Amino acid sequence: MAFSHDEVLKVARLAQLDLAQEEVETFAAQLGHIVQYIEQLDELDTTDVEPMAHGAGVTNVFREDQVQPSLDREAALANAPNRDAECFRVPPVL
Amino acid sequence: MSLLQHSATDLLSLLQSGDVTSQQVVQAYSDRAATVEDQVHAILQPTWESALERAEEIDRRRSAGELLGSLAGLPVAVKDILCTDDFPTTCGSKILETFRPPYNATVIEKLRAADAILVGKTNLDEFAMGSSTENSAFGPTHNPWDLTRVPGGSSGGSAASVSADLAPLAIGTDTGGSIRQPAAFCGVTGLKPTYGRVSRYGLVAFASSLDQAGPFARSAQDTALLLDAISGHDARDSTSANRPPTSAFAEVEQPLESLRVGVIREQLGEGVDDEIRVAVEASLQAFQQMGASLIDVQLPHARYAVATYYIVAPCEASGNLARYDGAHYGLRVESPELGSMYSASRARGLGEEVKRRIMLGTFALSSGYNSRYYLKSLQVRRLIRNDYDQAFENVDLLLGPTTPTTAFRIGEKSDDPLSMYLGDLFTVGTNLAGISGLSIPCGFSAAGLPIGLHLQGPAFSETTLLRAAHMYQSVTDWHARRPPL
Repeated sequence: MAFSHDEVLKVARLAQLDLAQEEVETFAAQLGHIVQYIEQLDELDTTDVEPMAHGAGVTNVFREDQVQPSLDREAALANAPNRDAECFRVPPVL
Repeated sequence: MSLLQHSATDLLSLLQSGDVTSQQVVQAYSDRAATVEDQVHAILQPTWESALERAEEIDRRRSAGELLGSLAGLPVAVKDILCTDDFPTTCGSKILETFRPPYNATVIEKLRAADAILVGKTNLDEFAMGSSTENSAFGPTHNPWDLTRVPGGSSGGSAASVSADLAPLAIGTDTGGSIRQPAAFCGVTGLKPTYGRVSRYGLVAFASSLDQAGPFARSAQDTALLLDAISGHDARDSTSANRPPTSAFAEVEQPLESLRVGVIREQLGEGVDDEIRVAVEASLQAFQQMGASLIDVQLPHARYAVATYYIVAPCEASGNLARYDGAHYGLRVESPELGSMYSASRARGLGEEVKRRIMLGTFALSSGYNSRYYLKSLQVRRLIRNDYDQAFENVDLLLGPTTPTTAFRIGEKSDDPLSMYLGDLFTVGTNLAGISGLSIPCGFSAAGLPIGLHLQGPAFSETTLLRAAHMYQSVTDWHARRPPL
């Protein structure tokens, strides 16, 4: 499929990415090219094939619901771009 | 004989017998790095100073008669996508340029417990997305065999470190070939363990159902040594296999009797460099001469592996990389509004290939396209896995080329992402199926570039692959060649 600039911008909004005008143009062409290649999967009849989301046949792994040590607050905040004594600071949400 | 010429296994004996000290070993590698690292740029964050201190401590403990770990005193370079609490972990990205993880990856803890010595965090394609290490925000790594060429990727820095004698051992990660392809391009041995064999705790996520850390070394024997140290169950990774660590090192020298080798004929035809085909066919003969039987096998869906992979991996990446939003760590572009802070931080901090894959994954998961692309890819993934299961009913392992070409020139594929992706044709199936794969050197092109032989085996067959590789390395010396650097 071909990607219009509007479609690229819609995907960019979903992905929370600001794109420069030239990136919009580049991605429109490249994504179209890549998706066209991917569409060769349409050649295969996959009716009734069970999807495989994982390589290892994983099952749920449980542990006892017990309090265990975890990261201390200061360590968790140490990389914060903006913080106060206890919290990450971000622009107003509401 | 320079200390750099020794295998890790030999160094370990020399250290144990007291013939050399760990400080001498680390110093020799550090001196080597001072000479060649300007040309190679394999290491983003060298840690020679702390390495020498660690070496001194290990030498002291050794002379005091303490019981030491299985890698005691050996230098190891680690891809800069595994979290270290005492050094930055950048993932090759501007968005994590100053990130200092609050904890260590399990692989790092296991290396420390084995008394290995971290000598550097190695260069990589940003967030492990790429096949050339050109996507690093901190500049490309150069192939030690030809500095105008790429080392492969995404673990190009780790492969080049071992190839250029900056470390005898290194850790990489492999989501679609990112250990095996650079191992092939740099002429070293690289193993992608079975999914779940090595803990992913503290491995910064790219595609969670495919990512796996693994060892680089100069031989199968050294690779076995390192695998044993990093493998095993970890309660902190719920996808980690509930199995004990491997004991490959103890078994690697035992030859395999009546080995059945599957030959993937479709990987020895069109689209593969003639020189690679010739080298792989010669390796097949070598196995035959050692008593192995060669059996042609078919993987009918293997040609769909790249298309499948480039949906599955970007879809998982688009979710995993949503965490880089400037809120909790990493680069932030301040803005009066939360949404624009996210999108502006991501725009400035992430590189082009990462954005491209986030876009691709977001598109393939978006409303209206989800079943057409993502669900379809998961169904084809099942067919790819079924092909392998059928093949392994008749053979112990599969042999073919690791890559269709030798190392390409820096810049050659930068403007054509699809052509870069197609180079992953032989390696991505291993990850989609969750099985194990190994690349070992099996020859050189006329231009002097290494060629990789790809061994794939069923889940948890690493020891078999390494034993087969050791047999081959006992009758050939490709793995012993060194770049003219």
